[in-house]
Amino acid sequence: MKKITFWGTILLAVCLTLSISSLAWSDSRSDDGSSHGLWSQQEAASQVMNKTYQNECSACHFAYPAGFLPARSWVKIMGTLENHFGENAELDATDSQEIEQYLTAQAGDQDPGRFSRSFMRSIDNVDTPLRISETAYFRREHREVPSGMVLDNAKVRSFANCASCHTGAEKGSFNEHEIVIPDHGRWED
Amino acid sequence: MMNWGVVTVLLLIVAGSAMATEPAVNERQASYREAGASNFDAARGEGMWNQQQMQQEMRQSVSCASCHSANLRTVGKHIRTGKLIDPMAPSMNAERLTDAAKIEKWFRRNCKWTWGRECTAQEKGDFLQFIQSR
Repeated sequence: MKKITFWGTILLAVCLTLSISSLAWSDSRSDDGSSHGLWSQQEAASQVMNKTYQNECSACHFAYPAGFLPARSWVKIMGTLENHFGENAELDATDSQEIEQYLTAQAGDQDPGRFSRSFMRSIDNVDTPLRISETAYFRREHREVPSGMVLDNAKVRSFANCASCHTGAEKGSFNEHEIVIPDHGRWED
Repeated sequence: MMNWGVVTVLLLIVAGSAMATEPAVNERQASYREAGASNFDAARGEGMWNQQQMQQEMRQSVSCASCHSANLRTVGKHIRTGKLIDPMAPSMNAERLTDAAKIEKWFRRNCKWTWGRECTAQEKGDFLQFIQSR
C-alpha cells in the first residue's frame, strides 16, 4: 500500500512538471526561433510559408499569419483587393488564386495553431472580420497598451504594424517577452 | 593585392547595373507602340508625375509625387500609411524598372488609385522614359 502511494506521488509529480513546463515553453520561444521539444509546434502562430503571399503582401505590410482570421475573412479580403483598406492592391489572377488558397487552407478555422483558437473563439459565426485588430481577442490582448505607444507613436502609427513592436513576428512569434516598443522599450506587463 | 579577375567581375557588375533597366523598359515600350503609342517623352512623363487629381478615398488632390516624392532620387513616404518607399530612380535603386510584370502591376494599382483610371499606353511609356532618366 505504501509503495503504491509512493509511485502515485511520483506519477503526479511527473504529470505536474510536464504540464507546467509545457505552459512555460508555450510562452517562451527562444530568439532564434528554434524549438524546445514536443510542444514546439504550439508555440508560434503558423509561420508564413507561401512565397507568393510573402512577396506580394509584405511589399506593403506585415504578412499576417493566416491563422488569425477564419477562411471566410480571407476570401472576402482577396475578393476586394481593388479597394484594400483604401488602397488598390490588385493582383493578377494566378497570384491571387495561389494566395487565397494558401490563406484559406491555413486559416484559423481550418488549421488550428498557437493563437488561432483564441482568435476563433472571439469571432462570432455571423461575422466576417476584415481586420485582425478588430477581433475581440486582439482588443483584449492590447487593451492595456496606451495610444501614445502605438497610435500616437510616429514609429508605430497603427496596430496593423505588428512587427514594429513584436520583434519575433516575422518568425510567427508573438511572445510577450519579445515586445519592444520603439522609443518606449520593453513591454512590462 | 587585387587580382585582375576580381577587377573584371566588378567592372561587369557596374556595367550590368547601369544597363539593367533597358530590357524591361524596351520590352514594355515596344508593347505600348503596338498599342498605338509613340515618341515617349521624359518631360511629359514628369509633368504627369506632378499632375494633381482628386482622390475619392482621401478627399484631397494627390499626384504620383504625393507618395513617391517629386525628386525620384529621394525616399518617398506614403501619404496615408506613412510607409517609406525606396527611391524610384534606377540610379539610386538598381531594382527599379527591371521586372516587366512588376511595372504593369504597379501601373495598374497606382494609376487607378491616383487618377481613378488605368493609364494609357502613351502615358505609361512617358512615365517609364521619365523614371529611367533619373
